[in-house]
Formats: sequence, structure tokens, C-alpha cells
Amino acid sequence: MLDTRTPKLVAVCSLPTPLAKSGNSSEGRKSSGWSIAQNSQSLFLRKCSMLSSNYFDVMGSSQSLLVFSQPVMCWLSPLPVPELTTFPRLQPLWPQTGYHEYIFGFDKRQRRPAKPNSAIELQQLLVTVVLDSECDLFPNITSDESYTLLVKEPVAFLKANRVWGVLRGLETFSQLIYQDSYGTFTINESDIIDSPRFPHRGILIDTARHFLPVKSILKTLDAMAFNKFNVLHWHIVDDQSFPYQSVTFPELSNKGSYSLSHVYTPNDVHTVIEYARLRGIRVIPEFDSPGHTQSWGKGQKDLLTPCYNEHKQSGTFGPINPILNSTYNFLSQFFKEVSMVFPDHFVHLGGDEVEFQCWESNPEIQGFMKQKGFGKDFRRLESFYLQKLLGIVSTVKKGSIVWQEVFDDHVKLLPGTIVQVWKNQVYTEELREVTAAGFPVILSAPWYLDWISYGQDWRNYYKVDPLHFDGSQEQKKLVIGGEACLWGEFVDATNLTPRLWPRASAVGERLWSPEDITSVGNAYNRLTVHRCRMVRRGISAEPLFTGYCDYEYKT
Amino acid sequence: MAPARPAMRHRGLGLAALLALLAAVAPRSSAAAEPPLWPMPLSVKTSPRLLHLSRDNFSIGYGPSSTAGPTCSLLQEAFRRYHEYIFGFDKRQRRPAKPNSAIELQQLLVTVVLDSECDLFPNITSDESYTLLVKEPVAFLKANRVWGVLRGLETFSQLIYQDSYGTFTVNESDIIDSPRFPHRGILIDTARHFLPVKSILKTLDAMAFNKFNVLHWHIVDDQSFPYQSVTFPELSNKGSYSLSHVYTPNDVHTVIEYARLRGIRVIPEFDSPGHTQSWGKGQKDLLTPCYNEHKQSGTFGPINPILNSTYNFLSQFFKEVSMVFPDHFVHLGGDEVEFQCWESNPEIQGFMKQKGFGKDFRRLESFYLQKLLGIVSTVKKGSIVWQEVFDDHVKLLPGTIVQVWKNQVYTEELREVTAAGFPVILSAPWYLDWISYGQDWRNYYKVDPLHFDGSQEQKKLVIGGEACLWGEFVDATNLTPRLWPRASAVGERLWSPEDITSVGNAYNRLTVHRCRMVRRGISAEPLFTGYCDYEYKT
Repeated sequence: MLDTRTPKLVAVCSLPTPLAKSGNSSEGRKSSGWSIAQNSQSLFLRKCSMLSSNYFDVMGSSQSLLVFSQPVMCWLSPLPVPELTTFPRLQPLWPQTGYHEYIFGFDKRQRRPAKPNSAIELQQLLVTVVLDSECDLFPNITSDESYTLLVKEPVAFLKANRVWGVLRGLETFSQLIYQDSYGTFTINESDIIDSPRFPHRGILIDTARHFLPVKSILKTLDAMAFNKFNVLHWHIVDDQSFPYQSVTFPELSNKGSYSLSHVYTPNDVHTVIEYARLRGIRVIPEFDSPGHTQSWGKGQKDLLTPCYNEHKQSGTFGPINPILNSTYNFLSQFFKEVSMVFPDHFVHLGGDEVEFQCWESNPEIQGFMKQKGFGKDFRRLESFYLQKLLGIVSTVKKGSIVWQEVFDDHVKLLPGTIVQVWKNQVYTEELREVTAAGFPVILSAPWYLDWISYGQDWRNYYKVDPLHFDGSQEQKKLVIGGEACLWGEFVDATNLTPRLWPRASAVGERLWSPEDITSVGNAYNRLTVHRCRMVRRGISAEPLFTGYCDYEYKT
Repeated sequence: MAPARPAMRHRGLGLAALLALLAAVAPRSSAAAEPPLWPMPLSVKTSPRLLHLSRDNFSIGYGPSSTAGPTCSLLQEAFRRYHEYIFGFDKRQRRPAKPNSAIELQQLLVTVVLDSECDLFPNITSDESYTLLVKEPVAFLKANRVWGVLRGLETFSQLIYQDSYGTFTVNESDIIDSPRFPHRGILIDTARHFLPVKSILKTLDAMAFNKFNVLHWHIVDDQSFPYQSVTFPELSNKGSYSLSHVYTPNDVHTVIEYARLRGIRVIPEFDSPGHTQSWGKGQKDLLTPCYNEHKQSGTFGPINPILNSTYNFLSQFFKEVSMVFPDHFVHLGGDEVEFQCWESNPEIQGFMKQKGFGKDFRRLESFYLQKLLGIVSTVKKGSIVWQEVFDDHVKLLPGTIVQVWKNQVYTEELREVTAAGFPVILSAPWYLDWISYGQDWRNYYKVDPLHFDGSQEQKKLVIGGEACLWGEFVDATNLTPRLWPRASAVGERLWSPEDITSVGNAYNRLTVHRCRMVRRGISAEPLFTGYCDYEYKT
């Protein structure tokens, strides 16, 4: 395998670093660079709307007229744009843009003719999907995101088994192109082989501590695609609010949301899921219980445990009441809905930070504990609840993800249940234990992006390696990836994007790129360019350090 | 001096109660609650009596005895601005006033009592006091100068809320207000990162919402020289990040005038002799060549203090600065001068010997700064300097303002500077670029600039403070949420009476104020969990 990463030109800086790249970057000799005219309308035929919409404006999934048979070539044709508009098209819901625009920019003033006779022109990128394209499917944990990219005169080739690899390859292709000092779009001949190191590369957003407008979530999905993330972990409800509008239990959000305008309607949720799918991103919802559920109690009577104070109900409530049949009836119906609304195979069930005081104070729960022979060990009650919940979720044919406490507290887990490690103390030890017990694991502990500090904390995120723990090869294989978590106590639409980017980009490269891509200095140079690239694409990614972007962020 | 504490102030109002106030389901129950004003005025009396306002019927005009009238464009623009802040920009909010529901407030009459100063620039002595009487059928805002009117309009706009029917509502109120400190500043740094003019103007908007009155514009530094000088155009041609990362004379003028219309002074900082790497790119021989083993190393140090050409340049440059920036004060920096390069240079060594400075490079620094202070006083400007200039015993002209920034024992520094008789600005506890997890605004809020060991005379020399947002990690992408509402805590500390110290009460008001800023287009970040009726729209 070729492995001659030669970042001699800062402009040939792709992030995350592809697996292998042989760039003919020859110290930026003009003759080795290709100019690309933005008026050469290299378009996808609109067979696969996912791919065409990543070039131009949004097309609904219903636009996927043909499923690619194998091997099928999505080719770039010089069709003029107006002809394409004869396709039936949906009104774009959101100002969406595609890679043609990412490459050539949105600013009309940038439009200059290619320099005459200056260099060889690259007129086309030909995309080939080799196997069944999966164009109309949702991505999943086993989705093949690998691709190869050959940039050579007169046509560039992007080849992938599935559309997911094409999406990743388009991002890489777009990152290869830069404007030279005359403003000409230029690319070096390059040969890239790429596939991700870990299949689960996530961003956690928290829409319960603060509501995030759908627009902010979509922006986040854009930026995730720029960094080859493929999982949106949507911590959608929590103590503070319940913005998820349930069709089965509408009172949950009617009573539990911050206000009636701080709600995600079924349509909003669908919009997020489809926008994510078009970028090869899975949406995994988290409905955290039995703790972190104060807001659930507002719209669902008797769901939470009444706390007692000196033999009387105090009027406050604790975790979900685990001793009532009504609780499990509710959960069955609720998660049945969730399983239908969210197409991903996995649901995150939370299970973290369950506080026992309220359970302890409640005489009925005390009675139940005695009856069950749990003694004073409320972790056994917690386990009782979670085991029933895990059963309910498996009944609706979903897999479960849980926070590490569920494992730590010895809940009996079905094989394949994914454990997410978040406690920052000795997380390597936790990784060892979870994988030794045979469970797949997601690492988040070192990547709590809400914990801000002065300076370049991305360097610490970057230096982490999820496999640097004491374990066998089999154990290491159980580490399926990681997530950068941006909890929402201090984050809303006003500061979400600059707090997340480019700090999460460091995690993105760690999870995508080969293990030996570890030079922080090299990463700094590429990430500085990548940050400006995100800014140019409308993401208000904050600076790493002093300096400037050619195109500064416009508010 | 301060009137007795108003009897109707309710302290320690819970968040729930405050939210109830906003919801105002039962107007009567909410009426006596404290209005969520920020910063808290000197004296507030509110009555339970409610008045309603409607977008189309309410107007702001002049009282019969006002010395300022419709020819005062500063006030005309302010009236238009505040009408929009009050009623919002969102057409969907337009509802008719409830019929027969309550008494309507139809007018705010503004009276300027003395010479209005409408066409002047604000300065350190500008009178920002005002009184505001909200009463049926007409409210009165009275101030000696336009500056007080601007502050009073902000307060008036903060009194108004929408009840649960969406009706704009105000309680009858009686407010007397004036600032505790005359210098209330925000430092922005356009050298570590260029800030587009639009971002600076947004900052000025938010400053006005928090009654700040000084923009300390740290305009150039080592990293870049975005100030476009007419006299020395090469400074920015060579020293800016790029030719589009430049503040043209027109840009600078835009900022100054936008600030003036909001009663905000613009004080430029041209920091020297250190922090000047970018100056050297466009001005030959200005910086000291560093030596390495008896040869010039190719690197440069601080401004070269031993050449006549240096002072010729500085004279011309600050002459231009004195004409471009109308404020009486220029900030000369003077912080963090590194001596190694001077030490390495044989010509400087010779100069040191000749002057009898020995090995004390602070005396060379003093030599330079004293000449610079002289140049600036020649062009009839006052000087502000960072504390090192005082610490290193530079002989300062009386009235030179010292800005205290070092966080170690800053109270001791306040004592010493004021004991020496110099006016002082406090920044040490308010370095907003130093971020941490959680509600650091609480620490900013708890500071009191006068809590140091000194006489009454010394305390009078504390003219105010500044929240500093240095730019190493800040540009247009994150400026606003990093600055607001954290700087708001400093804003209240510098405006409101000394005894307004309840952090819990501040939290409740600041939560509302933050949402108010968001509604007005400022992406002020949240204090903690919760929501705004009008969330930020990107």
C-alpha cells in the first residue's frame, strides 16, 4: 500500500487524513497542478438522488428513480443545469449545498475564467459505485465507507463499493482542490485509498438542557460530513425538558418541553434523519432512563417515583418508578414508537447517574426491595428496571447502547449491547473490563467537549488513542469507535458551532485515520486550513490560534 | 450622594417567580415583581399599575422644554432603534392591543435639559445620568445631555415585556439613575485575529445594551497591523494578514461614528515598544535587530529606542492617530517588553553605557516611553498605559491613566498606583479570554474595584474598569458568545451601586437580559439550562 503522505503544499491538506495518498505534489509545480473551471458543469445524472443532491440542491429521497445495479457508473456529464430542472423536484426545505459549491464557493466574485493555456484542465470526476449502491438505504454500523480516488489527467475517478464511500470520497476530493494565487482552482494529481479505522464516529448533541433549532442540527450534520463523522447521538430529552413530540404520548412534550415552540415534531425528526442519511450519518436517539427523567413526569402521570420526607410524599419525584406494571406498559408503547420513528438499529437507553435517595425514601419501593430480596442494594433495583427495559427494546427488534454504569452495576446485558464509556477516571481500565466481558464499546471519556478550558484543548483530544489499553486483539476489536460529547448545560444555538468545531475535528481524525497519524504539529497545520475550509462553507468554526482565513466568517 | 434605597426592590426573586413574571398569566401577581433590568439602576420604584403599549400607537418624542429636538440625528436614530427593540422585528408579533384592557401608554417624552452635546463625542466626564417617570398617559425621560437619554432609553426598553396575550406591558415606574464609574470598557483585539467591521458594530450594539461606554480597540500587535495609516500606508500593506484584513480610514470612521451614536468612546491602543513585530514589516529600521554571536540574527525585537528616526516616525504616526481618533485618550500599551533582543544588540549596549543605564533595561524602556508620552502630549492627547509602565518607574505626566491587568495581587497594585496619584482602570479580574467550565460570570460579578486598602482620595482615582477579550482564540466565529453575557457581569459592576451584590438576584435578571440580547440579534450564550422565548436564529 502506498503511504507517502506528502503535505508539502498546505493546501493539499485533507482531514481526516486518508489511509494512503500518493500526491504528485512536486513542490507545487504549476505543471503538475490542474486547473478546474467551475463553469464546466460536471454533474451527476440524477439516478441516485443522494449523490446528485450532494452536488446540487436538495432532492427528496422520493427522487431516487433508479437504484444502481452493479456495477453502475454515476458519471459526471456536461449537461447544462436547466435540463436537470426538468426532473420532478421537491421544493428544497433547507438551503442545502453540495460539493460542487463547496469546491467552487458561493461567492460570485470568485468566478474567474480559468487561466488560458495555463495548465491541463480537469473536467470531470467520474464516480463508480461497484456493488449494490445502497442509495436508498440508511447507513448502519457495517456500512462500507471505503473508496479510492484517482486524480489524473483528463478525468478523475472516485470508486466505492457503496454510496457511503462515494460521500467520503467526495469530501476528500473537495479538500484536494485549492485556489492558487491567481484564484484558479487547482488540484495535484493524486492517488488516494481510504477507509475508516473505526465504524462508529459520533457527535453527541443535547437538546434537553437547551433546545437546538432544527437549523442548528442540520448545520452540525454538514460539519460532521466535512469531518467524516457518521453518527449523530441525539440526547434528545433529559430532566430539563422533553422536546421530542411523541405521537403515542403527546402530553410528554406538551407538558415536558420548555414551551410549545421548543418541540421537535415528527416532521422535524424526519427532516433531521433524512438530512443525515444524505450525508451518510446515522441518527441514534437517546431516551435516558431511569434517571434524568424529571421532564417525563410532567406529561405522564405515575411514571416517576414519588419521594418521601418523614413518611409523607414530599411532592418531588425521583427516577422512573421501577415497581409498577404501568411503567413497563408505557415503556413498551413508547419504545415501539421510537423504533418506528428512528430507522437506525440502535437506540441509546442512557442508564447513567441514577440517584437512589428517592427510591430509598419511598415505602412501597422499600417493600418491593424486601419482597425481591434486594436488601439495601439499590443497584439491584436499577438492574431490575434496566433488564426489563433492555427486553422491551429487543422485543421491538432494536439494539441497545447504554452508558457505562449499566455495565458497572452488573445489569445482565444481551450480547451485542454497546457500552459507552464516559467516566474520565481510569477509562482505559473500563475499556479493558467491558471488552473483557465481550461487549462492544464506544469511547467518550476523553472527549467531553463541553468541558472547556483556555487554549488548544483539541491537542489533548487528538493525542488519545482508543486502543491504548491493556487488552487482547479480540478485546481491541470490540472498540467500535468513539463520540465527542457536547453536553448542553451551557450550549445553545448561540454558541453550539464554535464550541464544537474544530475541536471535534480532532476526534474525527482520531477515529477515521490510521493509528500512526499522530503528529500534533502536522495536524495543527492541516486543521488550521480545514478550519478555514469549514468557515468558507458557512460553519462558524472557531480559530485554533492566531492567524486568519482568506474568507472570514460572515455573520 | 446616592438616594436612599428604594423600598420596592425585591431581592432574591426565584427563577420560577421570574418566569411567572414573564408569563404574566395573572398580571396582578406579577406587577409588584422587580423588573429584570440590567444593569440595575441607582433607584427603581415600580408600581403594580400596568400600562399597555402598541407598536402603532406608541411614539417617542421631545418634551416641550427639551434643548434637543428633531434636528438631533443622534436622538432621532436612537428613537427609531429603541422603538424596534421594544416591539421587535418579527412581523408575526404584531397583535392589536387588547381592547379596553388597560390604560395605554402612548408616548415617551424626552427632555434634554442642558446643552444637548448632540453633535459632540462622549468623553470621560460626559453626564450619563437620567430620570425616567413612567406614568399614565405619558412617560418622561429627562437628562442633562443626550448621553443620559441613550442610557434612559435602554432602561425604558428593558421595562417593557409581553404578557401572556402578547400585549406589550409596562409597570408605572420611577427611576433615577447614573453610573458608579465613568470608564466602563470592553477591550477587543483585532491583531491576533482580524474582526470584520460588522462584528465590531455588533459588539457596540451589545455594549449599549449593557451601558458600556468605552471601546478599547487593541488594534495592532505582533501578529498583524490592520490599521491603515494614511501617513505610513506600508504599515498595513506589509503588516496586515492580507490586503483584505485591513481597517481603512472609512472603516475606522464608521466604527467611531456608530459608537458615538451609542454614547461610546473609541480609544485606540497602539502598543509599543513591545508587541510590535508587525510594525517592522512596513517600517524599515523601526524594530531592534537582534544579535546572535556578534551577528544580526535576522530577527527583531521591540522598537529601537536609540534612533532619532524612531521618534520622528512616532511623532508623525501619533499625529495622524490624534486626528483620526477624536477621543482625548490614546492607549500606548507598554506591557510585556522583552529585553533579550535589546541586550544582544551592541549599539544598544553602547547607548546604555553612554546614558549610564548600567544593565537595567527598564531604564531604557522608561527612556523610550517617556519620549513617547511626550510626543503624545504634544499632539494634545492624554495617555493610558498598562501597569508595567508604572511598575517600571517611568515618569508619568499627571493624569496619565494606568490600566491594571496582572491578576496576582491586583488590589495591591490599585493601592500603589492610586497612592502615587494616578487614575486607574481595573482589568485584572476581567480577562474574558480565560475561559473555564461553568458560570465564570459569577466571579466577575463578585469583584469590587474599590475593595482595596486605600484612602477616599485613592478610591476616587479608580475611574472604572474594562472587560478584556484578547484575540488569540477569538475571531468573528466566536466573539459574540464569548463576550456576552459574561461581560454583562462587569457592566453591572461598573454601572450599578456598590450594594447591588446579590449573585442570585443577578442570575435571575441576567437570564432575562441574555434572552433580550438574543432577541435583538446578539448571539449571547446561555448562563445555564433553560430557554428563550425567541431563540437565536442563525
